[in-house]
Amino acid sequence: MRIGVPTEIHPGEKRVATTPDVVKQLLDLGFDVSVQAGAGHAASFSDQKYQDAGAVIEPAAKALWDSSDIILKVRAPEVHGDAGYDEVDLFRGGQCLIGFLWPGQNGDLLDRLAKIGVSALSIDSVPRISRAQKLDALSSMSNIAGYRAIVEAAQHYGRFFGGQITAAGRIEPAIVLVIGAGVAGLSAIGAAKNMGAIVRAFDTRPEVKEQIESMNAEFLMLEFEEQGSGAGGYAKVMSKEFIDAEMALFRQQAEEVDIIITTALIPGKPAPELITAEMVQAMKPGSVIVDLAAEQGGNCALTEPGKLVVAEGVTLIGYTDLPSRLAPQASQLYATNLKHLLTELCPEKNGSVVIDMEDEVIRGATVVNDGKVSWSPPKPPAPPPKPVAETAETDTQPETQPEKTPLPSWVGPSIALGVGGALLALVGATAPPSFLDHFTVFVLACFVGYMVVWNVKPALHTPLMSVTNAISSIIIIGALLQISSGDKLIAGIAGFVVLITAINIFGGFGVTRRMLAMFRK
Amino acid sequence: MDIELVTAAYLGATVLFVLALGGLSNQETAPRGNLYGILGMSVALIATVLGQVTGNYWFLAGALGAGGLIGIVLARRVQMTQMPELVAILHSFVGLAAVLVGFANFMDPSVELFGSEKTIHDIETYLGILIGAVTFSGSVVAYGKLSGKIGGKPLTLPGRHWFNLALLIAAVWFAIEFVREAPAGDLAGLGSLIVMTSVALVFGVHMVMAIGGADMPVVISMLNSYSGWAASATGFMLGNDLLIVTGALVGSSGAILSYIMCRAMNRRFIAVIAGGFGTSGAAAAAGVEGGEANPIEPMEAAALLADAKEVMIVPGYGMAVAQAQHAVFELVQALQEKGVNVRFGIHPVAGRMPGHMNVLLAEANVPYDIVFELDEINDDFPRIDVSIVIGANDIVNPSAQEVPDSPIAGMPVLEVWKSKHTIVMKRSMATGYAGVENPLFFKDKTRMLFGDARESLTALLRELKS
Repeated sequence: MRIGVPTEIHPGEKRVATTPDVVKQLLDLGFDVSVQAGAGHAASFSDQKYQDAGAVIEPAAKALWDSSDIILKVRAPEVHGDAGYDEVDLFRGGQCLIGFLWPGQNGDLLDRLAKIGVSALSIDSVPRISRAQKLDALSSMSNIAGYRAIVEAAQHYGRFFGGQITAAGRIEPAIVLVIGAGVAGLSAIGAAKNMGAIVRAFDTRPEVKEQIESMNAEFLMLEFEEQGSGAGGYAKVMSKEFIDAEMALFRQQAEEVDIIITTALIPGKPAPELITAEMVQAMKPGSVIVDLAAEQGGNCALTEPGKLVVAEGVTLIGYTDLPSRLAPQASQLYATNLKHLLTELCPEKNGSVVIDMEDEVIRGATVVNDGKVSWSPPKPPAPPPKPVAETAETDTQPETQPEKTPLPSWVGPSIALGVGGALLALVGATAPPSFLDHFTVFVLACFVGYMVVWNVKPALHTPLMSVTNAISSIIIIGALLQISSGDKLIAGIAGFVVLITAINIFGGFGVTRRMLAMFRK
Repeated sequence: MDIELVTAAYLGATVLFVLALGGLSNQETAPRGNLYGILGMSVALIATVLGQVTGNYWFLAGALGAGGLIGIVLARRVQMTQMPELVAILHSFVGLAAVLVGFANFMDPSVELFGSEKTIHDIETYLGILIGAVTFSGSVVAYGKLSGKIGGKPLTLPGRHWFNLALLIAAVWFAIEFVREAPAGDLAGLGSLIVMTSVALVFGVHMVMAIGGADMPVVISMLNSYSGWAASATGFMLGNDLLIVTGALVGSSGAILSYIMCRAMNRRFIAVIAGGFGTSGAAAAAGVEGGEANPIEPMEAAALLADAKEVMIVPGYGMAVAQAQHAVFELVQALQEKGVNVRFGIHPVAGRMPGHMNVLLAEANVPYDIVFELDEINDDFPRIDVSIVIGANDIVNPSAQEVPDSPIAGMPVLEVWKSKHTIVMKRSMATGYAGVENPLFFKDKTRMLFGDARESLTALLRELKS
């Protein structure tokens, strides 16, 4: 089957759905690849590079669509602004489309594709399970957006990120607040940290605390009993009380921090408004807010999607094309994600695509199949309700504890001493003196052994065993006492014992010596 | 030689044995400790031969010489990966010796005792043989399991606890019979003694058969301890303090090792001995979430290592099986040349006997000052760039800390998942000995390098050097 990669026609879109490197890998999977002339231009991939990698260059979109079986795109098909043609009209039945289709917002598009008989896979609908991580293009793009958000912020922030002490005086480090520690948020934390800023982060999901702290950022705790983890690892809508507490925290932070990066999104809902106009006012002049949720309405009241505005002396960045601003990088990651999806679709590596609706990942991504819209895939299960189990446990603990009140600390030793004393009394009352002598020696030797062996290094436990093995062969003395016996049987048995214990003595010491000689600094 | 002189020599030997164990407290003094042990043994043997042996010298010399020769050859030839087997079979010799010395002593007509002394002596004889027989048959089975001649799976007979109890009752019953019959003289009670010995042999076999592969460190230590107690009981029987002391030293040493091993697995000694690990808790393990492991190719793994500054290697039994210790050291050298700080983290129960990994690494010339114990190193993992887990499973299982009802809950584990990346070298996705799913393999930061450990290491090394 032939894969066609057209030039993206959305205004300002610089990404491309495949790169020369990935073309080679697609050829390995058995596909043929066509690329529209100039498709990779904006992302710094020349037609020549694609050709060198083995792709056919098609001069026009129409020709590309006609010759291809699978169309890889970044953005959903739309009407070309200048040329006036609609990409959807270029499809014919039996073709397959893969790209960011946003099926939730583009119901009409799906209907039209279904009518033509096109199968469509939306890369943004891939379920968020571990197996599908390598085709999670949303994460790839979020990662880039988070990085770029810091770069944009740095450009518009009039000071250093990292602190310095110079001859000309002291430079305070910038304080960055990242709201929402998803992929984009963590990426922003990493970038800001690398530039030397002090980073604080907030998230409604307590389980990300560890991730934030692993990046040396400070996790802003909200003293509140509510979990923000919803289905598929996303956040959910929180209660009013929680939001009030959260807003109070942001208000206080707004006065302290220099840069705010907001990344809070709730699937299927407009982005929550977290930074009010009043908070923007409270910020220091020259501060920067980058609103990564601008496309979904924005986390900040004053941001305008796609634009940079200055309000109350604060720069508000609402760009919605951050991944496109790092087009070569974004294209590379996106193309690799698509390649992984195609690998899943083409298990035989023979260049033909099978849409296996039994496969959880493919089922999730497929939005149009067999002339029908198949979107609204089964939701992945919510994360295990760990916190609930924990609280249940803490609830029950106080009830069970009183039953298990430990005995006072003196009871154990007292019992042991009592039993030991009674046993000794018994031995003393019945045993002959010769036995008691030996018994004294025995008990003392046990204590000496106990003291000595605790000092042995764990690294030397194997030599310890072999050496104790050798010395326990001291039992040979028992045989030596008997070997001179006149009784042939007894002497014979004693001789045999001497033989095996000699193996033990020489073998044990010998192998210990060999092992110890190997230990070197 | 006077009997006083012999006793003085025995006292000297006792002191030398204590010094021998004391010497093992660190690597520098350990060879000296071994020499003390050899010296103590020589003193004791020479004193006994000069002071107590009155005939059959050539026979004695022959037996001693032949045994010594076999021992030396064994010590030279044995591979370090086979150490557990060697130790097990040597334990069985001590057990067998205790049994035989006990029988010979019982049959020796020159020993004449009366009254309570006679009773005590009979009990001592009986105990010496009993412990010796358990040690003997248990060690033979342990040897079979360790050398792969017997399957490593625990044998769980139905009603095995009742079976053990029945054996114990039989042992006590025949002890009473024996003590009652023996004073009649002329080998009276020999029947009871033989029946009891068979019972003890069966008990030893059954006990070790019921214990699985990874509990072997406990079993080996326990048998080590038993061999000591057997020697001690024989010492009581013969009224010989040197045997009593040495046996007690060895017995407590083995007991401490058993205790350390049990603590390292968070298991109670009784539970290990009762055997059949995983039968009770396995159902509870179902709560652990599975997932998809993320494989890695040697090339990518090499790139990870080349970028790392701190690397921690965690070896397990798999490294011993694959004989990969030399390949590990080559990797260590290659990384050290690149300025990477490489260290080893050793779990107390890694391998099949206490300290097994340390010996293997020492054999491969790994300097011991980069080899650390669990307690020394566990807090360092957050600062580690790449952890390499070689053929280990349960000892790096985060369930031990995260899943309260897991069969291994509470067992101390090496926290490799706290390092920035973890590479796990493993043959397949099979669960470890405990039969517990290992969530480590499904963590985002973990990558799996499948295949034979030695081949994977060689491939890794090749990529690292290219």
